[in-house]
Amino acid sequence: MDQFLTFGIVGLSTAAIYAVIGSGLVLTYTTTGVFNFAHGAAGMLSAFMYWQLTVGWGWPVPVALVVVLLVLAPGFGLLVERFVLRPVQALGEAERLVMTVALLSGLIAAARWIWDPNVARPLPMFFADRKPFHLGPAVITWHQAITMAVAVAVAIGLRILLYRTRAGAEMRAAVDDRALVGLTGADPVRAGRVSWILGTQLAAIGGILIAPTVTLDAAQLSLLIVSAYTAAVFGRLRSLPLTFLGAVVVGCMESYLTGYLPQNDYLPGLRLAAPALLLFLALLVFPHRRLRGRERRLARVPVPSARGTLVFAAVVITFGAVLASLLGEADLITYGAIFSLGVVALSYVPLAGYAGQVSLCQLSMAGIGAVVWGHLGAHGQLWALAAAILVSAAAGALVALPALRLSGVYLALGTAAFAVILDRWIFTIPAFHVLGLRIALFDQGSVDISGPHLFGLRLDSGRQLMVFAAVCLALASIGVAALRRSRFGRRLIALRDSEAAYATLGGNLLVAKVAVFALASGIAGLGGALYGMQQRTVTADQFSLIAGLPIFLVAVVGGLGAVGNGLFAGTAFVGPTNALIAVAPGTANLVALLPGLAGVGLGHNPDGIVSRFRRQWEPLARDRIALPALLCVLALAWALRFGDVINDWTYYGGSLLLAIALRSWADARQTAPAEPEIPVEWWGLRREWRPEDEEVLARGVAAG
Amino acid sequence: MSALLELRGIRAAHERITVLHGVDLDVAAGQVVALLGPNGAGKTTTLRVAAGVHPVESGQLVLGGRDMTGADPRDLARAGVCLIPEGRGVFPNLSVRDNLLMMTFTGRGREEIEEIAFARFPVLARRAGQAAGTLSGGEQQMLALARGLATDPAVLLLDELSMGLAPLVVGRLYEQVGEIARQGVAVLVVEQFAAAVLDICDHAAVLVRGRVERQGHPDGGLRAELSALYLGSST
Amino acid sequence: MASLQVSGVTVSFGGNRALDGVALTAEAGRVTGLIGPNGAGKSTLFDVASGLRRPSSGQVRLDGRDVTRARPSARARHGLARTFQRLELFGRLSVRDNLLVAAELGPERRRAEQVVTEILHRLDLTDVADTSPDALPTGVGRLVEVGRALAIRPKVLLLDEPAAGQDAEETERFAELLRALTEDGTAVVLVEHDMSLVMAVCDEVYVLDLGKIIAVGPPEVIRSDETVLAAYLGDA
Repeated sequence: MDQFLTFGIVGLSTAAIYAVIGSGLVLTYTTTGVFNFAHGAAGMLSAFMYWQLTVGWGWPVPVALVVVLLVLAPGFGLLVERFVLRPVQALGEAERLVMTVALLSGLIAAARWIWDPNVARPLPMFFADRKPFHLGPAVITWHQAITMAVAVAVAIGLRILLYRTRAGAEMRAAVDDRALVGLTGADPVRAGRVSWILGTQLAAIGGILIAPTVTLDAAQLSLLIVSAYTAAVFGRLRSLPLTFLGAVVVGCMESYLTGYLPQNDYLPGLRLAAPALLLFLALLVFPHRRLRGRERRLARVPVPSARGTLVFAAVVITFGAVLASLLGEADLITYGAIFSLGVVALSYVPLAGYAGQVSLCQLSMAGIGAVVWGHLGAHGQLWALAAAILVSAAAGALVALPALRLSGVYLALGTAAFAVILDRWIFTIPAFHVLGLRIALFDQGSVDISGPHLFGLRLDSGRQLMVFAAVCLALASIGVAALRRSRFGRRLIALRDSEAAYATLGGNLLVAKVAVFALASGIAGLGGALYGMQQRTVTADQFSLIAGLPIFLVAVVGGLGAVGNGLFAGTAFVGPTNALIAVAPGTANLVALLPGLAGVGLGHNPDGIVSRFRRQWEPLARDRIALPALLCVLALAWALRFGDVINDWTYYGGSLLLAIALRSWADARQTAPAEPEIPVEWWGLRREWRPEDEEVLARGVAAG
Repeated sequence: MSALLELRGIRAAHERITVLHGVDLDVAAGQVVALLGPNGAGKTTTLRVAAGVHPVESGQLVLGGRDMTGADPRDLARAGVCLIPEGRGVFPNLSVRDNLLMMTFTGRGREEIEEIAFARFPVLARRAGQAAGTLSGGEQQMLALARGLATDPAVLLLDELSMGLAPLVVGRLYEQVGEIARQGVAVLVVEQFAAAVLDICDHAAVLVRGRVERQGHPDGGLRAELSALYLGSST
Repeated sequence: MASLQVSGVTVSFGGNRALDGVALTAEAGRVTGLIGPNGAGKSTLFDVASGLRRPSSGQVRLDGRDVTRARPSARARHGLARTFQRLELFGRLSVRDNLLVAAELGPERRRAEQVVTEILHRLDLTDVADTSPDALPTGVGRLVEVGRALAIRPKVLLLDEPAAGQDAEETERFAELLRALTEDGTAVVLVEHDMSLVMAVCDEVYVLDLGKIIAVGPPEVIRSDETVLAAYLGDA
């Protein structure tokens, strides 16, 4: 009984923290319509700042608290509101979602950069030196007592703010009808600002309270928030009292699972994954929504021509072959991921680009593909690759079934929860037997993965595997391009554009959504298997939710509608970061920030970079002189590099410079004749005076 | 009498399609002007232009002699323009009292605003603590009107006050609108139910396909013309 | 034989009754008009008929079959198609592909391309076939929606303000199209504010006001009906 009480108190004090954080999330979501995936990360950052001030610099606790809660957190909230979210306020829900995911990814990277993750940073509990007090048979530490008191104070404070002040009325009014708030002469931006400040402060309070009870780790701490999300979803992201109730359920469940879960190899992960599992279930019991009508401002989905697609595929393979011929064995492993992770990124094109389903668990699907290939394809049989694709596809369909009921933020949350369930629990369980079939995952460690057998050839060297991956990416890109032109592709785009219209024309939403999830997961599974072959050995960590976010962001920045996105995302994700590290090893943690920053830059280019890129390079590709010249010189340069006449930097840098120079030249050649006729009397005014003008004028005068 | 609100040659578009082709309208203080016409004629757009919510392509919006073309809706609100949009301009999840509280930016205190509102619409006082969404349709419109009044508006813009309300309720609401105007407010009313407004307005304009086809005194001739417009000409 | 039969349909939003015991019958080969002031519940009735909204009570029958609980897609397969007052076009697909998606879902999916070409021609949309519907004027967009609905070869066609944004000449052509459709045996329900069109093409007109049917009859009767006039102009 005592034990039961003790766990109950631990549960309640954890619940108090979740309640505080969750209510901040609800507050910002209801008043601004932005579900802040980075809410937990803000709490994480506050915990780190608090550690820095108290333990790092030895400031007194009260001073540090004041600085973090009253200066840094509000300032941070304002910055986020101003520079991250206001630019995308007018864009769709998906863009706002991407911004906060980018923020989450960026903040984790930033925290790891500033605070070396390999150093332990213990944070003392509040009043740790005081004796815990007894309440009947139960023992309560001061930290627990304070935590619970804070939650109660927050609850009362929020109640007063929302129902007793004008600012609170304004915030609630903004929830009801944002446009009307503007019409009444109040400032809807102000309500948003207040809620960002408050929300960040609540996250900070939660972060500081929870940090002493867990390890101070950027990713762990940011994801502890899954529990707070679960609480918020209990409140349907609107109701604060229900959020508090949800927090109690989650907190106590975690605590009692710790206490009473039987000890064996299969279940410890369940405790870690429990909040995510509960989140997933809570999302499912959400009431049915009406079919979504038309969304404005969707990014375009260009139709690639058959010829263009084949040329692109050839470019992909050539690029792979050139890299394979020049790189050393270590670099082959690093840069091989351009193609394998490119395949994973490509899976977003049909799923998120065409069908509009934002899934955050694509890398987890890749993990499933890698594991299946690792176990079944140990001898390189090609059928195992098909099996890897099929098993991933089946897992994707499994996610899709519940996901049919979700959209937008809820779908992203649901898939994120699924990813967390996989990497905290499913991926950690040891091999087991079902009906005599041995099912193994990561074997509680790493899985060795070998290359495939192809036409009697064993592909095993990094060189061969890179070309193989490039060929797979090329084929997958051709496949996705064919999909765009097919009946199924049209249906996916149609159902995203208007579910209501699609359904009333006789389209089956369930079938289409399950099919696209399966397809995308199959592609991701292929990418995972390829990635595994290149890495030779993989661990579950490489396929976690956090690891997958940057790939998602880079894919979004590339433009989810474009078939060329696979190559772009792979190159942009793998290339610059590793190249930078090679030049300046000290930047290793800094470069992890890049995808996050790129995501934040999305607001300026919602259609994606790939389509812009295509427009920019089109003149060169059509130029009858520049293109052959470029190809010849590239081939020559490759030969020089291959023969070791020039070094890596000269080769890559020189090729890039040459291509850019020729592009501008081709550009100029195409636009030159289009110069508008300027009447002679404006020469020198509307355009610059040219030396030859004098002669032209002189002739004109003479002739006249 | 010089007009308080003037629309001069307003042209405006929805997604590149021009819906207003040069609309001219004057509303003087103390006057109720009714803007009538079939659906899709551009009545609501005209109101939204006057409130600064919809951008104009060309033309001028003049308020009390000052050119306010292109001004922010918030600035227009502070300059005394109050738009009560179609379909109940209330916050459904806020109580009646909190709905009124939203108007305290005018500098008036909560008590003063409640006094003004409850004096004109006593039923609201009895519902003060109730969420606005649970009021009847007529009561919600009263609340929207009361909220408008609290700002001490110079110009009141009303869009389809009658939407989904029983005729009797509509009549009573418009009686109140007439009284508000008599206190010196310039009122511009968009309405599909012409009859209710024709009784109380001083001037009516009929908008058809983005142009003012006819304007003048609300007399029998206008009514006959309107019924032809709505139900097709009987010839 | 009745193609679409709606009976006793009631829909409540919160405390308000958007529809209150509405009954309407649309027969094959006839155009049934549905008119009424703004907010009367016309689009809500279409939502109920097409399955996007469940009524709190009442029945929807298609060709005598009870489809009250059927999903929208099932009703479409039984021959029901509709357009939307606020356009619901597939903005990222070309006009042709908008129709193609529908044709491929319809009974003539095997010859979808021909069906589409035929409809584009019939509605005079061939010139804009390869543009995005977002780039078109609303009037043409409405026509594209009509074409898309026709591509599933409907037996019952619900049109929500299809002629809004069209000029007099286009409206006249549209009226001809409606007549041609009824000759093919389609049952058409037309919600429209352009009364000259309603009066010209409808065989029967229902008047909806505040969620209730207040009058039913042939156009000439409806036009001179005092209750209808009162509903439109308010109680004088």
